[in-house]
Amino acid sequence: MDNDKLIIGGHEFSSRFILGSGKYSMKLIEAAVKDAGAEIITLAVRRANTKDQESILDYIPEGITLLPNTSGARNAEEAVRIARLARELGCGNFVKIEIMRDSKYLLPDNQETIKATEILANEGFIVMPYMYPDLNAARDLVNAGAASVMPLASPIGSNKGLATKEFIQILIDEIDLPIIVDAGIGRPSQACEAMEMGAAAIMANTALATAGDLPLMASAFRQAIEAGRKAYLSGVGRVLTRGAAASDPLTGFLRD
Amino acid sequence: MENSFYVDSERLSKEALAKKHLLETDPSSRKNHMEYLPGMEIIESVVREKVMSHMNSYDYSVYTAADVRAALEHDTCSIEDFKALLSPAAEPFLEAMAEKARFETSKHFGNTVYLFTPLYIANYCENYCVYCGFNCYNDIKRMKLSMEQIEKEMKVIADSGMEEILILTGESRGQSNVEYIGEACKLARKYFRMVGLEIYPVNTDEYRYLHECGADYVTVFQETYDADKYETLHLLGHKRVWPYRFDAQERALRGGMRGVSFSALLGLSDFRKDALASALHVYFLQRKYPHAEMALSCPRLRPIINNDKINPLDVHERQLCQVLCAYRIFLPWVGITVSSRESAEFRNGIVKIAATKVSAGVSTGIGDHESKYTGKESGEPEGDEQFEIDDNRSLDKMYKDITDEGLQPVLNDYLYV
Repeated sequence: MDNDKLIIGGHEFSSRFILGSGKYSMKLIEAAVKDAGAEIITLAVRRANTKDQESILDYIPEGITLLPNTSGARNAEEAVRIARLARELGCGNFVKIEIMRDSKYLLPDNQETIKATEILANEGFIVMPYMYPDLNAARDLVNAGAASVMPLASPIGSNKGLATKEFIQILIDEIDLPIIVDAGIGRPSQACEAMEMGAAAIMANTALATAGDLPLMASAFRQAIEAGRKAYLSGVGRVLTRGAAASDPLTGFLRD
Repeated sequence: MENSFYVDSERLSKEALAKKHLLETDPSSRKNHMEYLPGMEIIESVVREKVMSHMNSYDYSVYTAADVRAALEHDTCSIEDFKALLSPAAEPFLEAMAEKARFETSKHFGNTVYLFTPLYIANYCENYCVYCGFNCYNDIKRMKLSMEQIEKEMKVIADSGMEEILILTGESRGQSNVEYIGEACKLARKYFRMVGLEIYPVNTDEYRYLHECGADYVTVFQETYDADKYETLHLLGHKRVWPYRFDAQERALRGGMRGVSFSALLGLSDFRKDALASALHVYFLQRKYPHAEMALSCPRLRPIINNDKINPLDVHERQLCQVLCAYRIFLPWVGITVSSRESAEFRNGIVKIAATKVSAGVSTGIGDHESKYTGKESGEPEGDEQFEIDDNRSLDKMYKDITDEGLQPVLNDYLYV
């Protein structure tokens, strides 16, 4: 387990929990780092674009990798502009692409995301695109130079957990990049399930931000993610399908 | 009970008074409120028909407690469910509605509350809207700020820490033309991260120009969606043209604005029907423009200078709360703004349930931020206010109160791209 590292764009991480953006507070970031063990924290550039009073950059502890996102972008061009702005703000080379043409469900636009990924990867960014779990789009993202692929589990705010489970599994099976499950993970048990399936990491925010006891929920996520990872690495056991296995072998009639 | 809106000023000339009285008493003296005036852009849109057909057929007396219970149990709130939640049958379920609304708010917005402040740059108005303090017959101190004065006001506001500003004018193209407002937007971009506009409705190309000047959000209050009632309240001026106002948000989106905001002024007409129409206006426009950001406000009538009796009639705090909860359950992704027309107690309570944005450090007067923020009299003239506000809290106080409620005040979550 000690050698089990998450590698994104050549950078190594021990933790497989990434704090999403959206609902920030000092307390949340503290809990995410201390209790959930987060080493990567997402930062919405639109929120960082603020005056001193609540500068999120000041909240980020040392040694933590910042993952600025492009939320607010409605197309590839806007995402590219926000990513460049993030670099100017001193946020480093990582960028999470979020492009939404839908303010109701906040579903990502895969086509525009592929375009932005290609442009930013060529500019030396470590690109982590948020996407709707579609295998063809995921392959295009790989070809465009993505460093990971981040499919959504369910629409933001839906509390539906792993609604896209079957399609995320296909990405895990077919894509040779870390698959990081993002959006819709509302409970530690859902995070655990995604990790058992072979997801490389989990991104969450609201589930922690709205918990009654932040540090306790953060540590629950840490344990759930670690448990799921261990289960995946150990090879999850045989799950009996409905009914028992036939006691007489079905192939008993074969004579040689 | 009705509000009595008509007030005669002693300073009006005999001719002006005669015209005012004619407008008030003889409907045939008033222009057709459904007819566009020259220069007003007409856009093809079916949104208006859809909204009006729902509103006109809405009979809220038919809904029962069982309909309300069913609406509260559904995962997705349908239009029928929403109608039940707005009906009198839902009044006994207010606590259950508030619980569901709070749950939806926290799923979509977490515990954040956005803060902004309005800046009125002019109070000249060419309309006679009988309930409004800025109406052209009301005897108030008129004022239009120069660019230097606007910049001074903006500096004072920006120094308080505010990052989002809503620029307002009275509805007078003559006194406050689009270029004047555009220049104010350019100034605002220097001092604020986000610039919104609440001005008279304009054409698509003018919205595009204002967007290029730095504005990205447009608020237009329809006041009432009941066109017949609207006709009796907006007796004179461009604002009288009801359909042009209805399509303002759509023109703003076509002009490239990121977001638009909607509202009826509760207390003018049947508030349940107006609330239904406001939310459906958002709902149908969102289906047509899925990328757009949308927000709802829920103002109630307030007293104005020279008429302190104006009130929201049957829309008490309980009804207002019911409307806001129903909005949140029906449109969980939509921003909800509650202005300083409401009391500090109401606003502290409602941000925990449904509202996601509140104003702070508010003045609805012209050029008085320095005296209001610093207590220092500038010696310069100030223009009178549009209506009386209730919640006078400064940004600092509001910030602290929101934090004390266990919520997170946010000054900016926006980028102009």
